[in-house]
Formats: sequence, structure tokens, C-alpha cells
Amino acid sequence: MAILEVKDLVVSVEGKRILNGVSLSLEEGKVHALMGPNGSGKSTLAFAIAGHPGYVIESGRIFFVGEDITEVPPHERARKGLFLGFQYPPEVEGVRLREFLRLAAANCQEPFCEFQKLYREALEYLHMEDLGERELNVGFSGGEKKRSELLQMRVLRPKVALLDEPDSGVDVDALRLIASGIEEAARSGTAVLLITHYPRILEYLPPAKVFILDEGRVVKEDGPELAWEIERTGYEAVR
Amino acid sequence: MMRRTRTGLTVELIEEISHEKGEPKWMLERRLRSLRIFEKLPMPRFGPDLSEVDFADISYYLRTVEPVQNWDELPEEIRRTFEELGLPEAERKALAGLGAQVDSEVVYRSILQEVRAQGVIFEPMEEALRNHPELVRAHFMKVIPPEDNKFAALHGAVWSGGTFVWVPEGVEVEIPLQAYFRMQTQGVGQFEHTLIVAEPGSSVHYIEGCSAPRYTRVALHSGMVEIVAKEGAHVRFTTIQNWSRNVYNLNNKRAIAYAGAAVDWVSGSLGSKVTMLYPSTILAGKGAKTENLSFSFSRDGQWLDLGARALHFAPDTSSRLVSRSVVQGKAKSVFRGKLYVAPEARGAKGHVECSTLLLSPEAETETIPTLDVRNDEVEVGHEATVGRVSWEQLFYLMSRGLDEAEAMSLIVNGFVSPILREIPFEYAVELRRLLEMSFAEAIG
Repeated sequence: MAILEVKDLVVSVEGKRILNGVSLSLEEGKVHALMGPNGSGKSTLAFAIAGHPGYVIESGRIFFVGEDITEVPPHERARKGLFLGFQYPPEVEGVRLREFLRLAAANCQEPFCEFQKLYREALEYLHMEDLGERELNVGFSGGEKKRSELLQMRVLRPKVALLDEPDSGVDVDALRLIASGIEEAARSGTAVLLITHYPRILEYLPPAKVFILDEGRVVKEDGPELAWEIERTGYEAVR
Repeated sequence: MMRRTRTGLTVELIEEISHEKGEPKWMLERRLRSLRIFEKLPMPRFGPDLSEVDFADISYYLRTVEPVQNWDELPEEIRRTFEELGLPEAERKALAGLGAQVDSEVVYRSILQEVRAQGVIFEPMEEALRNHPELVRAHFMKVIPPEDNKFAALHGAVWSGGTFVWVPEGVEVEIPLQAYFRMQTQGVGQFEHTLIVAEPGSSVHYIEGCSAPRYTRVALHSGMVEIVAKEGAHVRFTTIQNWSRNVYNLNNKRAIAYAGAAVDWVSGSLGSKVTMLYPSTILAGKGAKTENLSFSFSRDGQWLDLGARALHFAPDTSSRLVSRSVVQGKAKSVFRGKLYVAPEARGAKGHVECSTLLLSPEAETETIPTLDVRNDEVEVGHEATVGRVSWEQLFYLMSRGLDEAEAMSLIVNGFVSPILREIPFEYAVELRRLLEMSFAEAIG
């Protein structure tokens, strides 16, 4: 059953139309890849689903576990179990990662002792022991930021995770770690929408489904083989 | 029970105050001299508009803080804040000036006994004037003479209440001394005078004020703090100010640090209509140090004009002035950071750093650094930044389940954290809660 369903979504940013009627659905416990050339609207789709007020939904609906969340404010979407992993997470001076995440977990109904356990495990898993007491994303390298986003996902245990380029700018060891972290989340039931430019991460993390976005529309959707086809022929072939 | 002198500032009034207190003649003479200076000095030529302050219409001597008669007289905003902070009934009444007696006497006495056993004098100013007249006379208004500015002169003429602290040579006072704890109204005055004298090698931390809002009907508060840190002494002075929004809060605070001494000022300013506050340290001896940490949160209708000054008069002295200001709504925040380095202060180091966070488009801020350096062998620096909360930051936190008020409060708390970390825990917790409430209200 579809846990997240997007129907005919039309979205503009600062008066400019970016999405021209996107429909897709995500299934529990599966990894879905969202690919497409630069400027095709991948990040816009993620921000719109997460409820960023700057991404104006002109028409179309978003359903989360059967409920229409199109008008629901972003923090309530998060509390229902929607997670957005940022491509460029902003720095927040003076706020410690652990402190912030504890507040987030409490809002997402995670009991405190459960949080402690998950948090410690996640730090260890992602080799981030030295980052927990640092200020949120402040001075983090590109790879550290990606691991921090994944850490947050592991602790918050969302029903749906939209991950915007978790693989960009990371080295091959970190890439493997991130891929296996995502795979584990999917195995425990999270529906993952993995936004990526490159099929490289998909070698470690075979998707159940691939969507190709171009000029604000899903132009093709198919099994994992679609990703390899893109790698061979580029996006021109699906246009 | 409550006595209120007539308004207006006259020689007769000063004589009456002095007589009522049974003061020695020299104090009366100093008061009258201050009055004459007050009459000659002009109003400050910088900063907020003070034209509403009418010296003829202020009651200068309240034997106790004039209480309100019942809850209904309190501004709605203050009642709500007390409720949300979950303050005990008795404490609310005391903060509101309802005149409740809170039984903190027992704790207070045991602390007093402990520090007095070390030879420390920690007394209301009036008592100290009776018990230790020579000690008070030697230091009273020597760090800030009445000639310094109009409000120093006014204070010198009409001062009343406050605290005297004297720490003997080599004694380290471990417990922070608080201005009679926050529940007691007697330490709170309109023109209170705090004088701290730390003998060589001693150390003391003094805390005044509180983060919960404090209601007063008086329109002008003009206290004075003088600190004398002798050779190798260490004095830290923490102030949290949250006066009700009808108050003009115009204070004078200055310290003198002799060789090897250290003076730290930590100030949090939340309340009042207008505040002018520039804690200063005179670095008079070789190797003296000062740190001045300030944070402020200005909201609709407020003008908080703050600053810090370090005056280097001796070699190898160092100073660090740091400020974090948050401005919400139609408010104004100013920070004046001043470093003066005299020709003889070779090897001096000074650093001024001020950052402001604007939370609304109407918020106004100004940072005014003054670096006046009179020799070449120094290291001085200055940084100033002004920022706004970005939608990217807010949305990021909200996408993790924090509502807008929580997200805003976390960002602001993070921003002021370098200062908040220096504030005693129980105050910091309450401050955080106050910030959250304020954002929840603003966002609605």
C-alpha cells in the first residue's frame, strides 16, 4: 500500500512554476530513486512535500498514510513521521547537535531513554562520536553534513524519508556507510525517496523503483534497470 | 507604613532624606555637593530620548518599594508571565511589589553566617554606613564621582538602599552573593548603591536582579555599582534586568582593577522602556584584566542602549568585550564598545566583538565601536556582525518537528549561548523559558 502519495502537484517558487503536475507514490519499506537532470525540480518536490512555505502548491494533493497533508504545517508533517534529509543543511550557531536532536525526538514522541539509546548507536554506526557536542552543522565538512542528516533520520525513525542527494560530495567509504544506513532504514519499514544525480549510490542500494523527473514532470518510472539505462545513455533517451 | 516624600528635588528634600537615615555629616555634605553638580550638568548628549523623564515629578525617597494593592493593578503581560513561569504565589507577590514576606530568611541567614565567619562584610548600605563608616567613606563614589555625568550626580544626591561588600585579603567567597535573593523587596530600590571592595588576592561573585519580570510603579531607576579590585583580586558581577516596561533604567557601573586583578561583568538586559548601561573597567595596574559579556533582548517599544568600556592605563592589561543583542518587533538596540589605551599601557590587548540578530524587519540596531589607542605596542581588534534568522534555518528545524516558536527560540538561544553559558544555571533556565514564551506570543 502507498504510504505517501503525490497527485498532480503543481508548485511555484517566487512566482515561477517549477513542478507541472507530478504524481508518484512511495511504498513502505522500499527504496525509490528520483533522478533527473539539473533543474528538473527534484529538490522542489522534496521541499514541497515537506511543507516549505516558499514552495507554493498551486494545485494537486499530498496524502500521507491516507491523510491529506497538503495544508498541514511542516512541523506537524514531521511529527507524523515525514523526514527531509537536506542537500545543504544550514548551520545553526550555538545549538549542539545532540541538544537539537533531543528536542526533535521529544516532539516526535520518542521517549527520552529510547532517544539516548538510538542516538548513541547512530553516532557509533556513522563514526560521528566527535560531532555530537559540536554546533549544528557549523564547520561540518560536506561528508560530515551528510552523515549528520543520516544520523537524524536514524534517531527520528520516520515513516517516510525524502533524502536529497545524500551521496553528493562524499568519498567512497562514506558512500558505502550512507548506503547501508539507508538500506537498514528501509528494512525497518521506512519508505525512502532517494534523490540523486548519479547511479553510483544505487549500486550499493538497489531501488525498487526509479522515477525520472524532467521539466517538472515524471517522464518515466520503472524498475532498477532504468537507472543503468540512464547511466549508459543519459537523460536524452527518456525525453 | 509606606512613606513617600513629596516630589521635586530640593536642598530640603536631601536634608530630610539624610536626617531620616541618621547619616553622618560628611554624607549629607556629599549629597548636597552632588545636587549642585546635578543642577549644572547637561543631560546625556547621546542615546535614547529622555525628555519624558521629569525630575520635578519623581518621588525620590521611598522607604520601601511602594507596593501595588492588588493583582488587578499589575499589567496583564506580567501576570501572564508569572503564571507561565510557574512561580510560587509568594514569589509572584514579592516580584510584583505586593509586599509579601517570603521566608527565605533561614537560607539567607546561614549564608550570611558562613561568609561572615570568613570576615566578609555583606550588609545593606545604610547599615554599613553606621557599622563601618571609615571603610565606606574611603570608597563611596570614588570610582564614579558625581562629576562624571548627570545621573551619577543625581544618584549621589538621592541614593538609598543597596549593598556593601568587603572581602578581606586572600579570602575566596565560594557562594555567589546575591542581592538579598530575589524574593526580598528590601534590596530593590530606585537609587540603590552597591559598593564592592575586594582586598588583595580575594575573590567574590555578586549577582543582582532576576530574570522574572519585576514590576515597579516608579518611572526612573538609577542605581550605581562601584567595584574596587585590589592587587590580584577577582570580582565577577552578574546582573539580570527585567524591569516592567514603564521604567527608565539609567545606571552607572564601574570598576577599578589594580595590578594582577580581574573584573568580569556579565549583564542580561530584557526589561524596561529605556536602558542606558555601560559597565566600565579601569585597568589601573600592570597585568589587570577585564571581561565584559552582555546580552540583550529588545522587544516592541524598547530602546536598550548598552555598552562596555575598558580603559587601559597600565602595561600588559587585557580586555575582552563581547555582546549579543536580539531585537524583535519595533525596538532598538545599541551597543557602544569602547577601548581606550593610554600611552603608558604598553603590551595591552583588547578585543571588542558585537553581534546582533534581528527578528523583524522593523527592528533597529547600531553598533558603535570606539578604539582610542595611544601607543604602538598593543593588540586591539574589533568585530561586528548583524544577522537575521533565515527561513532556511527555521524550516530546517521545523522539518524535524519543532514548531515555529520552538525553532525561533532555539536559534536565539544558540545565538546568545556564549553569554548564557556564563550565567548561573537557575537564571539561564528561566531566561530560556522567557524567550520561548515571547516567541510563542509573537507568532500567536
